[in-house]
Amino acid sequence: MFKDITMGQYFPGNTLIHRLDPRTKLVLTLLYIIVLFLAKGIWSYAVMLAFLSVCVILSRIKLSVLLSGAKPIVFIIIITGILNLFYTKGEHLLFRVWRISVYLEGLQTAGFLILRILLLICCTLLLTYTTSPLQLTDAMEALLNPLKKLRFPVHELSMMMSIALRFIPTLIKETDKIMSAQKARGADFETGSLRQRAKALLPLLIPLFVGAFRRADELATAMESRCYHGGEGRTKMKQLRMAAADWAALVSGAALTVAVVLLRRAG
Amino acid sequence: MAPVIQTVNLTHVYSPGTPFEQTAVDNVDFAAERGEFIGIIGHTGSGKSTFIQHLNGLLKPSSGRVLFNGEDIFASKQKTRETRFKVGLVFQYPEYQLFEETVYRDIAFGPKNMGLSDEEIDRRVRDAAGFVDISEDQFEKSPFDLSGGQKRRVAIAGVIAMKPDVLILDEPTAGLDPMGREEIIGNIVRYHNSGENTVIFITHSMEDIARIAGRLVVFSKGRIFMDGTPKEVFSRAEDLRSVGLDVPDITLVMMKLKKLGLPVDDSVYTVEQAKAELLKLKGRGKDV
Repeated sequence: MFKDITMGQYFPGNTLIHRLDPRTKLVLTLLYIIVLFLAKGIWSYAVMLAFLSVCVILSRIKLSVLLSGAKPIVFIIIITGILNLFYTKGEHLLFRVWRISVYLEGLQTAGFLILRILLLICCTLLLTYTTSPLQLTDAMEALLNPLKKLRFPVHELSMMMSIALRFIPTLIKETDKIMSAQKARGADFETGSLRQRAKALLPLLIPLFVGAFRRADELATAMESRCYHGGEGRTKMKQLRMAAADWAALVSGAALTVAVVLLRRAG
Repeated sequence: MAPVIQTVNLTHVYSPGTPFEQTAVDNVDFAAERGEFIGIIGHTGSGKSTFIQHLNGLLKPSSGRVLFNGEDIFASKQKTRETRFKVGLVFQYPEYQLFEETVYRDIAFGPKNMGLSDEEIDRRVRDAAGFVDISEDQFEKSPFDLSGGQKRRVAIAGVIAMKPDVLILDEPTAGLDPMGREEIIGNIVRYHNSGENTVIFITHSMEDIARIAGRLVVFSKGRIFMDGTPKEVFSRAEDLRSVGLDVPDITLVMMKLKKLGLPVDDSVYTVEQAKAELLKLKGRGKDV
């Protein structure tokens, strides 16, 4: 049941997008999301869509894979679409059934909103599909570095994040295993009232927590025995370096922003 | 009489239709008779762990059938659930599934799920604890306070308490010291001898399995590669090595001796047999 999780999974590859510096990708994704909320009118949305399409094509991630990652929010998309379709009042009445009237403006708003949500999901998925969790936390640490001056524990935070990410698959596997073991002793996770089911989870949750604490303890010992003492004076094996492609990507991001702002004024 | 447990053309494919597709069990026909003690050996990833999870219905085959006393265990949900109690499965590192506040209640978890009466549950817990040498003054302890070997024995008792006709254990001795291993093997043999119980035992230790199993099944790449008595299997040392396994050390010693020209039987696989074999030589008055 847990094997179907694809959201946030990394697909290794060696394309232009994969090779970009993770900092560039992170900044561009954030910029894209902000610009997405500035977009207004058909032309600015067209530019946004075109920009992301080029990135997806360059990354060689299949469109079907990308869209299947957006599956969990299909429900939200449909609800937002319907609400906007029916509740936006305008001047151009398209048709009227019983007491529900649909206006051209409603159709437009709904269409743009759905597009906006889809682009939002797809751009973040593209980031996680083409960037390993380790690279991502590295980038985050590098970008948050200025906060160190304010005594904000940047290194510790990113270390915690990478450890947490690292253990997600392990815990999923462990959950699967304990579940099977308890089922072998006749535990029943699928039937019964809500109360019974909640109670039936105890034989799963207790060993899972015990295991997680044991792992945390072992990991701490392993890190200390390799002389880990926080971020002070720690160097990196893989230095992040900006290449020409990164600067080009950032420039294209800036161009996108300018274009959308101008089109917004014009439209 | 039908075999107690049997698989017909059993195949299991993980993640079908994705790039990660993998056939873990490939068309396996297997049958175990009542009272047999079967050892399953195979390289890591040979499909043996996937295979045994079909025997009590935890995994559903991609194709093929699993029969318990001649009846399909996937015939109905009810049937699958019943089979869980008849075919007890002890996973690798079973101590990580302990969860109750006391040893007693943890062992009682399985029988309770079977819906037995309180007296029957009590009887079974005491019986099961007896098989694994857990004394009654440990019943009220927290399972998390026990030693590693004790924890594992309590976990095994939790399965034995269901009185399964077939007891399957996945590497029950992994990660234990020699003494802990001895104890667990002794407990399992005791359970096997206590009735018409069938035991299926997965292991990587050729020494352990050579001493106790009456029949060995060798898995390789999701298929049954060899099936026979330990003597038959261990006499094919070359074939075993070709699938990443080996024969017991004592068999290696005897093979070397034979190569050196001594007239010994090189298909023995326990120290006792080897001793008898060597004493025979001495009896003949040969120059050893």
